[in-house]
Amino acid sequence: MATKLLRMEHVNKSFPGVVALNDVEFSLEAGSIHALLGENGAGKSTLIKVLTGVEKMDGGEVYLDGNEIHVTSPFDAQKKGISTVYQEVNLCPDLSVAENIFIGREPKKHGHIDWKKINEDSKELIKEFDLNLDVTKKLGAFPVAVQQMIAIARAVDIKAKILILDEPTSSLSQAEVEKLFDIMRELKKRGLGIVFVTHFLDQVYEVTDTITVLRNGGYVGTYKTDELEKPALIGKMLGKDFDSLAEISVTQREAGENPEKFIDVENAGTAKIKNVSFSLNKGEVSGLSGLLGSGRTETARLLFGADKMTEGHIKIHDKNVSIKNPLDAIRCDIAFCSENRKTEGIIGELSIMDNIIIALQAKRGLMHVVSKKEAAEIADKYIKELNIKTPSRDQKIKNLSGGNQQKVLLARWLATDPELLIMDEPTRGIDIGAKAEIQRIVVDLAKTGMSCLFISSELEEMQRCCNTMYVLRDKKIVDKLSGDNITEANIMKSIAGEGEN
Amino acid sequence: MKKFKNSLEIRPFLALIVILLACEVLYRVMFGDSFFKITMVDGHFYGRLIDILRNGSKYVILAIGMTMVLATAGTDISVGSVMAIAASVACSIVDERILPSLHGNVFAAVLIALLVGALCGAWNGFLVAKLNVQPIVATMILLTAGRGIAQLVSDGKIVTINSDAYYFINGGYFLGLPIPFYIALFVLVIAIILTKRTALGMAIESIGINSESSRLSGILVSKNLWVIYIFCGIMAALTGIVESAGIKGADCNNCGLLYEMDGILAVALGGTALNGGRFSFVSSALGALIVQTISTVIYAFGVTPELTKVFKALIVVIICLAQSPIFMAKLKGIFSKKGSVAA
Ligand SMILES: Nc1ncnc2c1ncn2[C@@H]1O[C@H](COP(=O)(O)OP(=O)(O)OP(=O)(O)O)[C@@H](O)[C@H]1O
Ligand SMILES: [Mg+2]
Repeated sequence: MATKLLRMEHVNKSFPGVVALNDVEFSLEAGSIHALLGENGAGKSTLIKVLTGVEKMDGGEVYLDGNEIHVTSPFDAQKKGISTVYQEVNLCPDLSVAENIFIGREPKKHGHIDWKKINEDSKELIKEFDLNLDVTKKLGAFPVAVQQMIAIARAVDIKAKILILDEPTSSLSQAEVEKLFDIMRELKKRGLGIVFVTHFLDQVYEVTDTITVLRNGGYVGTYKTDELEKPALIGKMLGKDFDSLAEISVTQREAGENPEKFIDVENAGTAKIKNVSFSLNKGEVSGLSGLLGSGRTETARLLFGADKMTEGHIKIHDKNVSIKNPLDAIRCDIAFCSENRKTEGIIGELSIMDNIIIALQAKRGLMHVVSKKEAAEIADKYIKELNIKTPSRDQKIKNLSGGNQQKVLLARWLATDPELLIMDEPTRGIDIGAKAEIQRIVVDLAKTGMSCLFISSELEEMQRCCNTMYVLRDKKIVDKLSGDNITEANIMKSIAGEGEN
Repeated sequence: MKKFKNSLEIRPFLALIVILLACEVLYRVMFGDSFFKITMVDGHFYGRLIDILRNGSKYVILAIGMTMVLATAGTDISVGSVMAIAASVACSIVDERILPSLHGNVFAAVLIALLVGALCGAWNGFLVAKLNVQPIVATMILLTAGRGIAQLVSDGKIVTINSDAYYFINGGYFLGLPIPFYIALFVLVIAIILTKRTALGMAIESIGINSESSRLSGILVSKNLWVIYIFCGIMAALTGIVESAGIKGADCNNCGLLYEMDGILAVALGGTALNGGRFSFVSSALGALIVQTISTVIYAFGVTPELTKVFKALIVVIICLAQSPIFMAKLKGIFSKKGSVAA
């Protein structure tokens, strides 16, 4: 038997109250792409973290090229040829793009850091990803998707034997995903072993050779991708049959006869976007689609008062309102779930309960404290409803798996009982079961009169949930589709600028 | 029980107890007397513990204001100077150097001094919350300019006062215990009510942990920060008043000198992370008492003045190491290894 590039055996890891990995095995062959799959909280990221020395394993062995290794730190892992893009983009938002790519391994010239070379090399490197941007600008100024690409570029650049990608595609759109896959295939040809974590099963079938499934911290099995049918795979991930899941398909809602207007935006603008005009009806699910940087997030932030509105008017229920900050928006019954989970969402050191009630608390005012009892009830309700995997509501949110953090953030906004729920990539990093569940919740709430503004890089998801779809290009709304006209082809057409008259 | 074990208060509490017991043992060995000896004279308690309580109360008050600021991931290094300003305002009024129309009314003097403290806090808050100046830089302005302002108020002189009512603030007794203790207790209770009965406590923590997430969750970050810096300013002013009542006057150059360091130290010893997040006023109060105990101990053991700073630093290092989980785990490792070799 040829020696595997990487072999992990009998890996155990527990956190207080949680067994994250229980006797898990995993092996990777050189020149292959290996999917690591499982529900939110199954232990995928933890497996990666123990491999790369972020977390210390409680027990188990790791062999690289047949020799047992003990990785002591992420730096050590990198030296041994294991290059990783973690689930949460962990670059430095205050450093430039180029600095982020070269940090820790800056090229030197006469003992000094060679900035010119750094900037030139970074530019070359990201060109491979079809990114053309000013590498001297701060990383934090770019959208999450770009940051994700840069994190990948950084990892690819190191001469590695193993490349690990933990949900690298969660906020990428189709074109970027394709680009990434091209690069992955190229690396595979060069003999790298690639570990790929994702919740998009289509992507699994598109690029991977092998699949390993984890469930609840346990090892389920390793399969050849082309021998495992999708329904069977889902069954293995969820531990129950696919049929029960198929029922949760979302049916598109017909817009009501006489829709009542909820919000009317007239020529509004912030520093980042100008001349935004549109309106949303009660009970309507509207989508914003467009390419990266087309102004979707900026539009959402405008409505929520996250960026200061400098011009125009907003009317709610036909009354002029002034939204100067997020609190004003929340008090107008608007909620906004940001795409940027780590920096604009979670409050890491606080408990799940506090993270859920914080917006409700702000809405009521700091003087009217949400009682412990009420807070506990609300938290427990959403933990159950959204199936948040945690030993208790008092767990710090930063200890949850990525997908479960996302569910908590959604709970935060649902708890404020909004009339308009704005969601920027709300199902980012959420497993298929939970994704369907969230879509169902949104559609159900819309039936009771809540409006919803949905931003997602997954067109299919938008197509399923939305009654109306606004298409943005270059920070302008260029098209509005509704009902049956919301098809992938139509959207692509208007994004490209062909559908206009 | 488990809750108690995990709470923020347990470590500083144990540290204080250990220090006090160590003092007692050493003191008995060296001087054959009890460090804890408390005598009763005229219905007032006297003794080292009472001294620690009286003088430590100043640090407690200061630390409470500092705790709030540090919990928001900010800092206020101007508190020492604010103390000096408040002290010179209060003393100058009592001494009828300024605002003679008040006829040296102590109550009015205290009130105005507190107000001035609030004003100083508002200035810091303005810089930090509205102009987004980094807290350490923002408060450095008052740190340096503050003593100048204090000198302007007192005309550049050391103000000595003669007012029993004002002395009472520091030297007075109630039910046998010194007045500063009650002031500190009062402030502590107010602070706890303010943060626990409202959601202010959660807001402070969440701002300290992730201010952008907090803002997007509807917390008015800059307004809250402003309030917090004002509160810290008032606490510094109160500390200045108590201090000046103790030395019976205000010395602009020395009042509150390096108190910002002691304040931050108290909070740190209490276990509140200096980069924001979870905080506990009780912990900080215990931390403040530790700071005072160290000073009293050094004095009681007659450590030569040249060595006091070194000595103090040494104790702080020991406490910090004892509070570091990593260090303690290493220590445990060493001991258990030795144990297994011996066995
Ligand atoms: N530092 C920690 N402290 C406590 N529990 C943790 C910690 N890190 C992870 N866990 C728990 O371990 C389990 C596995 O988490 P992990 O992040 O590996 O899940 P995942 O499979 O990557 O999920 P997702 O798809 O949501 O990213 C979860 O239940 C999580 O709550
Ligand atoms: Mg994960």
